[in-house]
Amino acid sequence: MPHDGHDHTEPPPELALRVKALESLLVEKGLVDPAALDVIIETYEHKVGPRNGAKVVAKAWADPAYKDLLMSDATAAVEGLGYIGRQGEHLVVVENSDRVHNLVVCTLCSCYPWTVLGLPPVWYKSAPYRSRAVSDPRGVLAEFGTTLADDVEIKVWDSTSEMRYLVLPARPAGTDGWSEHDLMALVTRNSMIGVECALSPAELEQAS
Amino acid sequence: MNGAHDLGGMHGLGPINPEPERQEPVFHGDWEKRVLAMTLATGMLGQWNIDMSRHARERQHPADYLKNSYYENWLEGLETLLLESNLVTVEELDSGKADPDAGTTSGLHIPGPKDVPGILQKGGPSRRNPTSEPVYGPGVPVKVLNSHPIGHTRAPRYTRGHGGTVAAYHGFHVFADRSAHGPDDGAHLYSVWFTADELWGNGAPETDGVFVDLWEPHLEPVALWPR
Repeated sequence: MPHDGHDHTEPPPELALRVKALESLLVEKGLVDPAALDVIIETYEHKVGPRNGAKVVAKAWADPAYKDLLMSDATAAVEGLGYIGRQGEHLVVVENSDRVHNLVVCTLCSCYPWTVLGLPPVWYKSAPYRSRAVSDPRGVLAEFGTTLADDVEIKVWDSTSEMRYLVLPARPAGTDGWSEHDLMALVTRNSMIGVECALSPAELEQAS
Repeated sequence: MNGAHDLGGMHGLGPINPEPERQEPVFHGDWEKRVLAMTLATGMLGQWNIDMSRHARERQHPADYLKNSYYENWLEGLETLLLESNLVTVEELDSGKADPDAGTTSGLHIPGPKDVPGILQKGGPSRRNPTSEPVYGPGVPVKVLNSHPIGHTRAPRYTRGHGGTVAAYHGFHVFADRSAHGPDDGAHLYSVWFTADELWGNGAPETDGVFVDLWEPHLEPVALWPR
């Protein structure tokens, strides 16, 4: 990433060695089981990710009763879909509309709703995003190509406790009658953090 | 502590440059995977809590915290926690070899691959049984204490001394400022709304602003003018 001067595809060799040395030490001392490490990695690389959140959002768009539950007790609503666990113990969903736009950040570290979005992207954990999301949200949104009308209210959620926040993006126009499955394709990870809106049907076609 | 991790409102850190969502891998290199997994797996040993691990990362020199990539900061934090919990020694970290005289780690339950899914699903709920009644409630004006503790705190600097309004009550939760230093007791937790203009003096409409989760000990009542 250009902003921090690190090339993440090729870590400094001494760093990779330091990590390897630490792991072999912990294994030698019997403090970690390498097979357990592999299960953790597999979980967050392939199982728990933003498709979970997209399913929650699509269901809320398609099913008003589910949306009511999601807005009143998000933890229970996503647990009903099997999304429970670490970094999703206490979930709150905030709804975007043509009048209100919500944006989520953690200025102090990298708190993020893992159960529904997986691990946070690099930019979410970066100093530029964490510093400016609270003080210049419109400027931050512009860097994602998101422009809001001047009269749209901006609400930023700084995740300073163990409460986790998920944005319910506004349902795009022209999707009446779409199935949950088709709606899911419109729900990007970034729209559930609040830096972008959900894809329109035309944007979806363009992207695929 | 007023460390480099407390970034809200800081200037000069450059553009965000997000990777396009469809092209971004979950990890950028195998070493990141191993750091994440070692951090979670050693956390399961029960020798520290999540607030201690956050505090271990933020206690680095501010220049290092800002210079390091994300998982480098995790690696630094992990080494600090291992050392302070006496699970490894400085000599062992330097050499990468276990010292048979470095004390025993017996008695710890080491999670195996079959234990991991259950532990991750269980998570670590922070809500506790309340030991008092909440002082504030939705709609009540409050002020964040102008306090600068040298230990861990979850009251960001940009909120301190500012007035806001309680937007919601979240219940009685482990108080991070204390649990980072050991005690696992709780305090009432609120979502507090601050207008952007109150925080930044930018003349933004009253409807723009920031919600921040703050515990009761972070707050004081707003003194009302005598009628």
